[in-house]
Amino acid sequence: MSTLKLDLQTYKDLMKQYIETQNEQALYNAEQFSKHSIQQNISPDEIINVHFQALMELYPDVPDDIRNSMNFLLETMISYGLAYQEYQALREKQLELQSELSVAAKMQQTLLSTVKPEYNQLDVGATSHPAKQMNGDYYHFVEDQEGSLGIAIADVIGKGVPAALCMSMIKYSMDSFPEKRMEPSIVLEGMNRVVERNVDPSMFITMFYGLYDTKDNRFFYSSAGHEPGFYYSAKEDTFKDIEAEGLVLGVDRDTSYKQFEQQVDPGDMIVLLTDGVTECRSGDDFIEREEIAEVIRHYKHLPAQEITDQVYSHFERLQDFQLRDDFTLVILRREV
Amino acid sequence: MDFQSCVNIKKEWDIVGARQLGRDIAKKVGFGNVDQARIATAISELARNIYLYAGSGKVCFDAIDELNEKGLRIVAIDEGPGIQDVSQVMEDGFSTSGGLGAGLPGVKRLMDEFDVISRQGEGTEIKVVKWLR
Repeated sequence: MSTLKLDLQTYKDLMKQYIETQNEQALYNAEQFSKHSIQQNISPDEIINVHFQALMELYPDVPDDIRNSMNFLLETMISYGLAYQEYQALREKQLELQSELSVAAKMQQTLLSTVKPEYNQLDVGATSHPAKQMNGDYYHFVEDQEGSLGIAIADVIGKGVPAALCMSMIKYSMDSFPEKRMEPSIVLEGMNRVVERNVDPSMFITMFYGLYDTKDNRFFYSSAGHEPGFYYSAKEDTFKDIEAEGLVLGVDRDTSYKQFEQQVDPGDMIVLLTDGVTECRSGDDFIEREEIAEVIRHYKHLPAQEITDQVYSHFERLQDFQLRDDFTLVILRREV
Repeated sequence: MDFQSCVNIKKEWDIVGARQLGRDIAKKVGFGNVDQARIATAISELARNIYLYAGSGKVCFDAIDELNEKGLRIVAIDEGPGIQDVSQVMEDGFSTSGGLGAGLPGVKRLMDEFDVISRQGEGTEIKVVKWLR
């Protein structure tokens, strides 16, 4: 960038050059001048004033009528100048908010981080992507001393900061449960009481809790109004919904949750997700649940983590890389 | 401090009167075209607030002519309902007049000094100063 001085003399020289030559170079200089002015937060009314003064100096005999018309123009531009300054101030504020938010998002990632467990007979994959900077989805793995794997997946209805704040609370409540084997129905009943006590009634949280017993490959689960996952049977090569009715968290303090059980055979997959996955859209249409099953089937030869990543990429592309809701997908597959 | 002159604001037309008097004084103090236009815009804003929200009030002008500083002080006084939350009104983007007015943040930008005293149910006094440089 050239170093233009933003003063009356420079403007006058540039204007004179243009009046004499009317060439493109002079106009290019004008463009540079305005860009520099914007960088220096110079508002449009000031440019008008400089133009006015330059005109007077170059042509001292400008008729009074023209002089007055310049004053008139100046007057009309004052409000534009104000609007411009307000825009600048709001822009700065927005940048500030954005950097604050990205710090918060990083903090949240640390808070909600969970260690993906490693088992010989169980292949685990998990991915979670927020629609905005902060995530209103949550998944968490809990390994207990008796060789069982607990999987929590939850979704706050809504997104952005309020949902994320709510999610942090869920995470801490989960952490406060004892480390011994927890029955899914007991976990959800406990969480229901926490949410009922602490969360605004206008906020809804759905949650699914599953417990995989690695000794006999049985999967126990309960759901609090959560989007049903899929159970993939390798023998039949079919997907079926993991149905488990249950009220969303926080509605009624005394809700009890039914617990279900599923025998898991080698090659079978448990697919858990949030409604950010099922409410993906292509154009204006919601995708069908069968489509998700088909995409998973397409990648089923890959390791579980790669399946979740590929499915996410698929739907991210389908939605033009703009998620409408937080997207979380967890896949467990029995290997042997 | 110089002789003080005021314009009563009751009708929309009075806004023009306030601008005229303010501009005349600004010219006498020695302000250039741009500052005159800025001062006039600030006066409009202050007078319009009185007209819209208080019903009536006045805008007063003081030419400041001291040893080492010259300027113009404008005081807008009304006995209207007062401003509920001054901080909120001073926030950019919070304009009660449908976004077209520059609002009080605009007045603050146009002038060099700015002060508001508002009591609910009693009225509002806004004092602004523009210094001649």
